[in-house]
This record gives sequence, C-alpha cells and structure tokens, in this order.
Amino acid sequence: MENLIGLLVLVPLLGAGVLLCGGRRLDSSAPWIGTLLAALSFVIGAVLFAGMLGRDGEDRELGTTVFSWVPVGDFRADVGFQLDQLSMTFVLLITGVGSLIHLYSIGYMAHDERRRRFFGYLNLFLAAMLLLVVADNYLLLYVGWEGVGLASYLLIGFWQHKPSAATAAKKAFLVNRVGDVGLSIAIMLMFTTFGTFAFGPVLEGADRAGEGKLTAIGLVLLLAACGKSAQVPLQSWLGDAMEGPTPVSALIHAATMVTAGVYLITRSGAIFDGAPDAQTAVVTVGAVTLLFGAIVGCAKDDIKKALAGSTMSQIGYMILAAGLGPIGYAFAIMHLVTHGFFKAGLFLGAGSVMHGMNDEVDMRRYGGLRSYMPVTFVTFGLGYLAIIGFPGLSGFFSKDKIIEAAFAKGGTEGWILGGTALLGAAITAYYMTRVMILTFFGEKRWQPDAAGEPPHPHESPRTMTVPMIVLAFGSVFAGGLFSLNDAFLNWLEPVTGHAEGHSPVTAVQVTAATMVVLFVGVALAWAQYGRAPVPVTAPRGNVLVRAARRDLLQDDVNHIVLVRGGEHLTRSLVYLDHTVVDGVVNGTAASVGGLSGRMRRLQNGFARSYAVSMFGGAAVLVAATLLMRAV
Amino acid sequence: MSHAASVHSLWTLAAAEAPKKIPAPHIEYAQLSPTLIVLGAAVLGVLVEAFLPRRARYHAQLLLTVVGLAAAFAAVVALAAGGYGSDKAHVAAMGAVAVDGPALFLQGIVLLVGLVAAFTFAERRLEPAANGRPVDSFAAQAATVPGGDAERKAVMAGLATTEVFPVMLFAVGGMLVFPAANDLLTLFVALEVFSLPLYVLCALARRQRLLSQESAVKYFLLGAFSSAFLLFGVALLYGYAGTVTYSGIAEVVGGTTRTVDPALAGTMGNDALLLIGGALVLMGLLFKVGAVPFHMWTPDVYQGAPTPVTGFMAAATKVAAFGALLRLLYVVLPGLRWDWRPVMWAVAIVTMLVGAIVAVTQTDVKRLLAYSSIAHAGFILAGVIATTPDGISSVLFYLGAYSFVTLGAFAVVTLVRDAGGEATHLTQWAGLGRRSPLVAAVFAVFLLAFAGIPLTSGFAGKFAVFKAAAQGGAAPLVIVGVLSSAIAAFFYIRVIVLMFFSEPRTEGPTVAVPSPLTSTAIAVGVAVTVLLGVAPQYFLDLAGQAGTFVR
Repeated sequence: MENLIGLLVLVPLLGAGVLLCGGRRLDSSAPWIGTLLAALSFVIGAVLFAGMLGRDGEDRELGTTVFSWVPVGDFRADVGFQLDQLSMTFVLLITGVGSLIHLYSIGYMAHDERRRRFFGYLNLFLAAMLLLVVADNYLLLYVGWEGVGLASYLLIGFWQHKPSAATAAKKAFLVNRVGDVGLSIAIMLMFTTFGTFAFGPVLEGADRAGEGKLTAIGLVLLLAACGKSAQVPLQSWLGDAMEGPTPVSALIHAATMVTAGVYLITRSGAIFDGAPDAQTAVVTVGAVTLLFGAIVGCAKDDIKKALAGSTMSQIGYMILAAGLGPIGYAFAIMHLVTHGFFKAGLFLGAGSVMHGMNDEVDMRRYGGLRSYMPVTFVTFGLGYLAIIGFPGLSGFFSKDKIIEAAFAKGGTEGWILGGTALLGAAITAYYMTRVMILTFFGEKRWQPDAAGEPPHPHESPRTMTVPMIVLAFGSVFAGGLFSLNDAFLNWLEPVTGHAEGHSPVTAVQVTAATMVVLFVGVALAWAQYGRAPVPVTAPRGNVLVRAARRDLLQDDVNHIVLVRGGEHLTRSLVYLDHTVVDGVVNGTAASVGGLSGRMRRLQNGFARSYAVSMFGGAAVLVAATLLMRAV
Repeated sequence: MSHAASVHSLWTLAAAEAPKKIPAPHIEYAQLSPTLIVLGAAVLGVLVEAFLPRRARYHAQLLLTVVGLAAAFAAVVALAAGGYGSDKAHVAAMGAVAVDGPALFLQGIVLLVGLVAAFTFAERRLEPAANGRPVDSFAAQAATVPGGDAERKAVMAGLATTEVFPVMLFAVGGMLVFPAANDLLTLFVALEVFSLPLYVLCALARRQRLLSQESAVKYFLLGAFSSAFLLFGVALLYGYAGTVTYSGIAEVVGGTTRTVDPALAGTMGNDALLLIGGALVLMGLLFKVGAVPFHMWTPDVYQGAPTPVTGFMAAATKVAAFGALLRLLYVVLPGLRWDWRPVMWAVAIVTMLVGAIVAVTQTDVKRLLAYSSIAHAGFILAGVIATTPDGISSVLFYLGAYSFVTLGAFAVVTLVRDAGGEATHLTQWAGLGRRSPLVAAVFAVFLLAFAGIPLTSGFAGKFAVFKAAAQGGAAPLVIVGVLSSAIAAFFYIRVIVLMFFSEPRTEGPTVAVPSPLTSTAIAVGVAVTVLLGVAPQYFLDLAGQAGTFVR
C-alpha cells in the first residue's frame, strides 16, 4: 500500500517525461496519453482512499521512507511520503479535477500545434502538486512547491508568442519567488529550532519551542502561502495569469495550486496554534484578501479576470478559516474542496463560452447566450448558485461554516471577522450575478472579432461538456454530502483536530443573515445589469470602480514601492560597483602590472648580474640565518 | 704505541706487521638497482654511439632508454613492494644512500618523468625531414659553429644527435641519487652528475642555436657558481661536525654527539660554522629548485633550451632538488628548525610573489611557464616549511602532480609552429582554439591545473601543501600563497582567453601533427592531471605512506 504513494507521483511524472522528450511521433496521441496517466493517478488515489476507509480513524495514516536524499554526518534529509486524511483529500481533488481538466483540454487545445508540450506540462504540474501534498517533510514539500511554480510559469506563458502571456508568466514567477524565499527561510528556521524538518518531529515539538520562534516561523510560512495562494500583498500575479489557456486557469489558478498556501498553513497548524500573533496575521491577510478580490471581481469586464478576483476572494475565506485554528481548519479544507469543484466548473464554462465566441473575453460583448449554449449555461449556472451560497448547494454549506467560525473567534475580533465574511458574501453574490447576467441574459451585444468575423456561438464538443457536467454534480452535491452527519469534520479530525468556538450568534442567525446579504447582492446586480441596458463600452465609473478596474492599484503600488525603489537601489549598487569595487580591482591589477614591468627589467640577460643577485641572495641568506640565532 | 712511532709508521712498515687489508665496502646492489640500471643503460648508450652504424642508432638508443627507464621503474616498484619504503627502510652503501619512502617515491616520479620525456626527445615528425631522413629537435651536429659551413653540411646530410639519450640517462641517474643522498659528498657528486648532462642538453637545439648555446653557458656558469657555494657549505659543515653523513651531523646538532675528533677540536660544535654552512648548502639547493633570489637563470634557460629538454628539466630537476632539500631540512637540520624556518618563510613568500607578478607581463610562452615554475617552487616551499609529516607527503604529491602538468604543457608548446620553428610568442597563439580546438583545449587543461582550478591535479596539490602549511603554523604563508595564486590565475586565464576568444591571425602558426610519441606524452600528462584532480585520495595516501625519512 505504501508503495502506491510513490507511484501516485511517479505516474504523472513519467507522463511529463515521455511527452516532453517523446518528440513529434507523439504529437497526435499526446492528449490521450496525458489524460490516461492523469486518470491512472486518480485510480491509484481512489485505491488508496478505499484502503484508508477500510481502517480506523487513528490508523489511517500511511508513511514510507523511500531513500535518504542528503545524508551528511548527523544530518539527514529523506525522501519520504506521508498519506493522511488531509493529504488524501488533496490527492483526490488534484487527481480528480485534474483528470477532468485534462479531458476538457483535449477538446479545448485540439487545434494547438504544441499540445504535446501542453499535456506534458499539465502532467508535470500534477506530479509536483501531488509531491507537495504527500511529502512527509518540509524540504520535500519545498521541491513540490517549486515544481508547481515551474509548471505554473510554463503554462501561463504557454502562448509565449503573445508578449502579454510571456510577461504574465514572468510576473507570476517573480512574485512567487518572494513567497518561496519565505518558505526556504521557514525551513531553515525549523532546522535551527528543531534540528529537523520532518513533519512529525517539528509539529510534535512545536509546543516546546518558544513562542517567539514559532511566530517567526509562522510569519514566513504565511509569506510563502501569500505567494502561492495570491493573497495580499503578493496577489498581483493571479489576474495576469489568466493569459494562460483557460484549462490552466481552471486547474492551477482556481482548483489546486492556489490552494497550496491553505494546505501549508493547515499542515503547520501546530506551529500557528502556538503563535497567536502569527494567527492574527493570517486572519488579517485572509479578511483583507477576501474583500480585495471581491471588489476587483466586481469591476472586471474580462470574464476570466472577474473569476480570478473571485478566486482570490474565496481563498481569502479559506486562509481566514485556517487562521482561526482548530475551529476553522476543517472548514477551510471543506471550502477548498467545494470551491475546487465549482470554480473549476465556472472556469471551464468561461472557456466554453470563449470557445464559442471567437476567444472574446469581454463580457460586455456577450449577452443572451443561454439558448445557444444550453449545457454551458446550466453547468455554469449551477456553479454560480454554488459559489454565491444558494441554500442546498455546495458553497452554502462550506461558506456558511466559515462565517460561523469567524464569529466564533469571539470578542471584537470575532465580530470584525464575521462582519467581513458576511460583507464578502454579499459582494460575491453581486459580482457573480453580474457575470451571469452579462453572459447569458439580456440582449446580444456580440461584436465581430479582429478579422471582421461575427461570432457564431455554439455548444462545445463532448470532451469539454462532460467534465463541466461532472463538476456541476460536485458543485451541487459535495457540500451536502460532506455535511451529512459532519462527515467531513470527522474525517479530518484526527489530523487537524477540532474545537467548537463560543459564538455570540447562533447558526440559524448566521444562516439568516447570509440569506439576507445574498438576496441584497443579487438584487443589486439585477437592478444594475438585468433591468437597465448594458453599454458595450464600459462607462467611466467613479473613483472606486476605476481603481478596482486597475486591480485596486496593485501594480501602481508595486511599481512605486518595488520597481522604483529597486531601480534606485540597483543604480546606487552599480555606481558602488563601478567606483569602489572596480576601482579596487582595477587598481590592484594596474599596480601588479606596473610592478611586474619594473621587476622584469631586473632580468637583463647578463649572467654577471644574475651572479651578483645570487651572491647577494646568499649573503642575505647567511646573514638572516645568523641574525635569527642572535635574536 | 708512542707518538713518535705512530708518526713514523705513516711512511714505513714494520716488517713484522702484515699489511692491513682495506675492508671492501659493503654495497647492497639490489637496493641500489634503479640507479645502477639507469647508469648501466647510459654506458651502453655511449657504446651504441661508438659501435653501431648511424642508421641504427636512433632506434637502438630509444629502445635502450625506454627499456632502461622502465626496468629501473620496475625495480623501484619492487623495492617499495618489498617494504623498503616503510619498515625495511635503511641507509645503504656504507651510509651514502638512503633507501626509504621519500627516496623511492621521488625516484619513481623521476623515472616516469624521464620515460615520458624520452618520448618527446624522440619526436621526429615536427621538423621537416632533411635529406630524406626524419630529424628531431636537436642539433644536427652539436660541435659545428652556428651558421657555419660545417653546420650546413651536417643539416644537409640529415645527421642527428642521438647522444641526447645517454646524456639524458646520465642526468636521470644523478637525479635518482640526489634525493636519496645521505651524506654531503654524495649529495654534491649527484648534483654534478645530473647538472653537467643538463648543461649539455640545453646547448643542443636545432633551431636558434645561438640562443640555445647562450642559455647553456649561462646555466653552466651560474650552476658552477652555486655549486661552489654548496661545496663551501659542505666544508663548513664538515668542520662543524667532523663528518659529512647526515645522521652524524644531526647528532652533533642535537647534542648527542660522540667524542670530538682531535684534529677538528678548534671548530667542532661551533654554531657559526653550522649556520653559515647550512645556509650555503641550502642556497645551492634553492638554486636548483629556482627559488628567488636564485631564480634568474630559469627564464633564460627555459627559453633557450630545446623545448623537450625544458620540459624534462623543469619537471625532473624540481623533483630531485626538492627531494634533497626535504632530506636536508628534515634529517640534518631539524634541530635548527627555529633558525631556518623564518629564513625559508621569507624565501617562499618572495618566490611566490615574484614568480606570479613578473609572469604577468611575459609575452613568450616558454618564459611564462618559467616564471610559473618559479611561483610553483614557492608553493612547494610552503609545504616544505610545514615541518610535519603532512608537509612531506603534500610536497611529494605536489611534485608528482606538477611534473606531469609541466611535461605536458611543454610538449604542447612543441606542436605550435611556423616557418621559423616553434612559435612561442603569445600573440602567435591568438585564436588557436578556433583552428585547433583539441590542442588548445589540452593546453587549457594544463593551464587550469597550473592555476589550481578544482578537478585538476593542481588544485589537489595546492590544497594539500596549503593545508599542511596552515596546520604547521604557517598561516600567513598560506595567505600569501592564495594571493599569488590569484595573481597567477590572471596570466593563465589570459592565455586561455587569447586562445579561445581572439580572432586568429591570418599568418598565424600551424599546429603540427605529432607522432604517437608526443601524443602519448601529452595524453599521459592530461590523464594524470585529470586523474589526480578527480580522485587524488589514493595518491595522497600513497604519498602519506612514503612520508617518513630514514636516519
């Protein structure tokens, strides 16, 4: 059984190797090879899951050490895997959603010449992401962490002929580096504190380490999570990452990779539990991002960017929940899974719409598509209902629990967090309704594309619609199934633990409040876009709208603070290098050269002067020897 | 016997007394076999010159040399395997020659160097054939006046100086004894035995004979001058100790002396004699290793001598001379450590710096390598000064590594030629990497080894000596050594840049295609350089086992 864990990672890795090195021969079969291997890893995951269900709660964890990776003296870094309920959840999500998106890509990328490479990258991503979640130590986790960063870079910039895509890939990579540095510092701190970075000893020893150290480790872990999960202040890359092919946005930037930060924080729960200050930082980041993403999502006319803002916001919810400690861990993961279903479904739906509309992304040029794309409309609609938290659908159960948990934090903090989460729910309802209406309802605002070709919207092929349908099922039923008898909570409890908070409000009150804000948000959007005609070019809007369109000025802030500051720093360092460093180096070289030229003249070719120098040398040698004795 | 009677008996014999037999010296022939084989081969070589027809001499000499050197090397290996390098180490030939680890190790290196050098001596494809006969890089007839009629005739006739082989064998024979010499007279004799053939070899270049002869004369004059100092030092040491054997002198220095020789009662135990004598003997050895300020012959001689001879001399002389220096300092003068160490510190520092700095402005490849050899002498001195067992073994290792790099580098120099013979000016090497990437790459390997870049033997050797020096309490020396290495790296890398990143000159030199002889020499050089760089541990261990002197 343990050996299967390694296979889980190896299968897609093998796929990446075969597809990337296979050459042109594989061009036509590549999509199917990639998809089959992804599906195979899902099957392995399912077998492991079945095995896990067959054991009792405490015995469910599997662990295996494959080989000793870096043995240096007493220091050992092993390649070892650990599969517990938390990892298992991720494995099923990654391989399940991943396989569906592979399937979808077969249709979506059918006309792309470089699809062999595309599927190779997708498999590489799966391998890295699986490694990240089944590693049994932080160092190996870091390998997976960097691996998904690499795969994400390659996939965002997949259409590298577009300068915007190349730039977006670079931006994502650079911003992620900041987070990665955080993770590497965290690992070093762990090593100095605990002498190891295996999950077991680190997390068990956490309560013996000082709070200061735990806070430091927690904060750098949070930095890492911010980078990978696009949380404020490292959020700027996610919107631009939509330059990648839509399946990539669905897989990496909605369902899996961006949740790695949530995994990291949940996995390191013991560290955060011992560092309340770090936890406060986590919930603050979560709450801020939740609103930030939601506001950005309201202003975007690009359907994928609107969804990207939404992703950021939803992950804000998860980070917020994870920051709450044992009250929230399980709900964070539960929301992560349900979000994986409906957000992937929404992205695939968006891709399907673009597919039918000549790759148009501006929602103001859609409208009335529901009758042209019935399957897309229904599946997208179910995803929409799920994300806004319509009663009975997945999002309702998971998001509601997070809001409850936020209130349960207690005190002023609880009220602030709960209020923020509620406000976020209202805005979510608003912007998602806006997306829905602009795309599928109202009159047709279709415009001819750049080549003058008017769009002919049509339903997408079977390989694309099937994954959307499957995901729609998940969007509808997953939350309910998880909540049945607190199934999900009990499943995760051995890993994350669980605590009930002391909520100042009852669950019913929270649900009622959520319903109210949900209704307000939907009504507002309806009033603005459903009743009134929608202009094809966006109106200027007020200051907030304009700022939100520019992602709340994130790039301007980065430009002023980081780029300008960096340029000044660079210039002064270059100046220092030219004057001081080069000065010293060149000066030394010049003086050595000069000295050499002068000493060279002593070598005049006359044996007599050589003899004199020898004689002098002998005299000095003798004198010095005698002098040593005299001294 | 009364005093008068004893004086009388000096020139008369009492009839009653039978003449005293002079006891025959006890010679351990088997243990001296490496030297005896080489000198025997040399004598045979002289006979070959005398009795074989001209046509047959080249092949006969080459065969004799190779077989002789190989047999001697086999003898060294057999002795070492027989334990003479460790537990059976002792002093042979009535106290004249030591058979111990360092001696056998260095003899082995000298023999291998001689063997590889013999290949380069025998190279006959680089020079254009004369009168239909292939010729080597030695003068057609050494006795002819350069530029004269006789020379022209000899060249036209396609003559060759096949005497170089026995001459070289004599030099090798001397070099075998030099590091093993266990008394000062043997030391001096060995010095002369290997120096005189080298003087002759230096004068034998086929091209640019005046330069070659000038270098030989300079080398001879300065060599004789330094021999005089050495001999004077020997005399003073005899006056101090009443003996010339190393162990005897060491005993007097150490204060565990025997009775005082009445004839030397006035001088024995006089420390001034010891210090001056020791310094003068040291000076003679420092001249041979090319340490500053006794280095000035090096560039001129290296440049003027035929390049195969330069390679041989640069490698083998250094091995033999450092061997003798080690033995002198570790066996004879350890009691004087506090006197000679500061002086040797200064010599090492000056040698490293001068070698590295002056090399920076050199424009001739052979002179550049000469200054490089001076700098390397400084590095090796740093290991010598450590006065620890690690110091000895690191020096042994360094000598082995360095000699093959040097041999290989000079062998490459023989390949780059234009109409006037070897093209040694650096500007002629510009862009060599574009036209002859293999030759340039091989030379780059040697340069990197000289510079001490990791994965070459140069790094392993430098690391070993600097480590030994630092542990022996000579950290400042190590710092100077590293700084000089940095300076030295500049001119080594500069040549690489010149070869690979400059435009080739239109009338640049061509790279001659050598026979398998030179190719083998270069290949061995590269192989040893890389092997000792990548996996030095076995050889470091070997040097470590060989690191104990017998007394």
